[in-house]
Amino acid sequence: MAHSTATTVTGKSVWDGGTSPMGASYGKLMMWFFLLSDAFTFSGLLITYGLVRSSHQAYEGLVSAFTFSTEYWPVPEKVFEAVPFLHGYELPLVFVGIMTFILIMSSVTMVLAVEAGHRMDRKAVEKWMLWTIIGGVTFLSCQAWEWTHFIVGTGTPTLVKDFVDGQWITKEVYGANLHINQYGPQPFADFFFFITGFHGFHVFSGVLLNFLIYYNTVTGVYERRGHYEMVEKVGLYWHFVDLVWVFVFTFFYLV
Amino acid sequence: MAHHAHEPEVTVLPPDKAKIKKLWTVALYLLLITIVEFIIAFTVPHEYKQLRVWVFVALTIVKAAYIVGEFMHLRYEVKVLFWSILIPTIFIIWMIVAFVYEGIKMPVFY
Repeated sequence: MAHSTATTVTGKSVWDGGTSPMGASYGKLMMWFFLLSDAFTFSGLLITYGLVRSSHQAYEGLVSAFTFSTEYWPVPEKVFEAVPFLHGYELPLVFVGIMTFILIMSSVTMVLAVEAGHRMDRKAVEKWMLWTIIGGVTFLSCQAWEWTHFIVGTGTPTLVKDFVDGQWITKEVYGANLHINQYGPQPFADFFFFITGFHGFHVFSGVLLNFLIYYNTVTGVYERRGHYEMVEKVGLYWHFVDLVWVFVFTFFYLV
Repeated sequence: MAHHAHEPEVTVLPPDKAKIKKLWTVALYLLLITIVEFIIAFTVPHEYKQLRVWVFVALTIVKAAYIVGEFMHLRYEVKVLFWSILIPTIFIIWMIVAFVYEGIKMPVFY
């Protein structure tokens, strides 16, 4: 990179001042370190999920004969098998696959916006930022549908033990929330809400930031500033959201 | 607008065709790996639990490397920045080790 090899006095280290040794601006550097800390937060959530899951009974029988029970941890592909407008069909993980596709595509449009910013091409930045925002909103809408489906539940209830008025009763449960869960042990629902919720909140803030960047691009703020580095910084955040989803997808839905 | 004279002169450079092509290629790889994951999820029986998990983890790390390296551009940054981001992630490995160790000592829930 050109600016990292800039004016270094012979015999002096790049850390002696006058240059940026990491070849990145303060803002970009701090975005990287923030993302690193955020990676630890998500790792904490996912590792705890793995720990709690492994301390529960695993489902031993045939996957085709799987039924929901609070006795064992559910097989994820049996929980997430619904797709909007296709009620009654068993389409395991298809909807999650669509969501993954949407998020990867919005990552591509984001990086194309960054590329356009390097060329000072305002029209192209506007176009790609708009596509990225559309991708983000679509993903959030998909997640809203998935949450609704998860909370409301399937057509058939599961018998779950619940502690009501000082005694244990067995009742029919549809869907799941933070108190009761038809799909399996209670922590399964709790982790679903916490992990996908925390990720979804990141997507939500990402969409807000993307909109801010889009607005500033349209009003010509970055053109007057002479560079589109803000697109790069927010781009880093947006790619990180995609990165986290890759891990959530594997550890929550596939494994 | 009235103050046209104050608008800066902007030279728009032509699109970097090679770079854009590379970005779309990376996107294609990510999608192909995801499709492979789907195929494994529905063809390799659940009896091969260990194998499935390790293949999924490996493919996930490949995907992560593409996203961080190419999309987030880390591969092309100065080496100091590259390692400043990468080396601290060993603490995540430590976190896994520590949690698994705690997990073994923990009473079983069911």
